[in-house]
Amino acid sequence: MTEVFFYIFAATVIAGGLGVVLLRNIVYSALTLIASLMGVAGIYILLSVEFLALVQVLIYGGAVMVLILFALMLTRTRELKDNLDGDQKPLAAVAALALLGSFIAAITQTTWPRDVNQITTVPFNDIGNALFERWAVPFEIASGVLLVALVGAIIIAMQEEGER
Amino acid sequence: MMVPLLQESVTTGVELQQYVILSSILFSIGVYGVLARRNAVLILMSVELMLNAVSINMVAFAVYTAPTLFVGIIFAIFIITIAAAEVGLALGIVLRVFRNRGTANVDEIDSLKW
Repeated sequence: MTEVFFYIFAATVIAGGLGVVLLRNIVYSALTLIASLMGVAGIYILLSVEFLALVQVLIYGGAVMVLILFALMLTRTRELKDNLDGDQKPLAAVAALALLGSFIAAITQTTWPRDVNQITTVPFNDIGNALFERWAVPFEIASGVLLVALVGAIIIAMQEEGER
Repeated sequence: MMVPLLQESVTTGVELQQYVILSSILFSIGVYGVLARRNAVLILMSVELMLNAVSINMVAFAVYTAPTLFVGIIFAIFIITIAAAEVGLALGIVLRVFRNRGTANVDEIDSLKW
C-alpha cells in the first residue's frame, strides 16, 4: 500500500519538475511547480514526518508560490513569444543526464549499512524539543537571517526617488 | 498527565534507495533547469526543485538510518527557512534588474562581461 502511494507521489514530483523545466509557458511552469512541491509534501507524510509536510504546504505552497507568481506578473515582457531556453540547452541536457547517471550508479553500487526496510517515526514533540534545546542557537540565527533577508528584499525592490 | 509519545519502528514496502533515487532524479531535473533556462524566475524555480531534492534526501536518511538523532529533519527545516529567505531576496533583485534593464533574461544582463 505504501508502495502504491510512493509511486503516485514520486510520479507527481517528477512530472511537476519536468513541467517546470520543459514547458514553454512560464505561468504553466509555476503551476506545475506547485504540483511538484505538493508531491514532496506527500513524500514527507510517507516518511512519517507530518510536521515537515505541513511546513512544506504552508511555506512552499503558500508563501513561496505567491511570491514567484507575483514576480512573474511584474516581470512579464511585452512580447509573448519569448524564448525561455538558452542556446546551451543540449549541453545542459548532457550535463544533467551525466549527473543523474553517476548518481544512479553510486546508489546501486553502495551496500547499505542497516536494514533499509524499517522507518522510525519521529513524533512532533521530539522535533520541537530538539529544535528549541539542542538547535536553539541555529534556530534563532535562522530567524535573524529571515528578518535581514526580508528587510533587504524590501529595500532592494523599493521604488527610488525620481525613478520612472 | 501527558503521555510521552514513543518512537516506533515500522516496516514499510519502500526502501531507502527508492527515496534516494527519487531525490537524485529531482536534483538532476533542477540542474537541467538552472543550466538550460534563461529567465531568472525560472532559474529560481529550478533551484527550489534542487533544494527540495536535498530535503527529501536528508529526511529519508534521517528516518531510515539515524532514528534517535534525526538531524536530517532539523536540516530540512533549516533548508526550508533559508529557501524562503533566498526566494524573497532573489525575487527582489530580479524585480530591480527588470526595472533597470527591461528584461529578466540572464543572458541579456551582461554589463560585467568583458
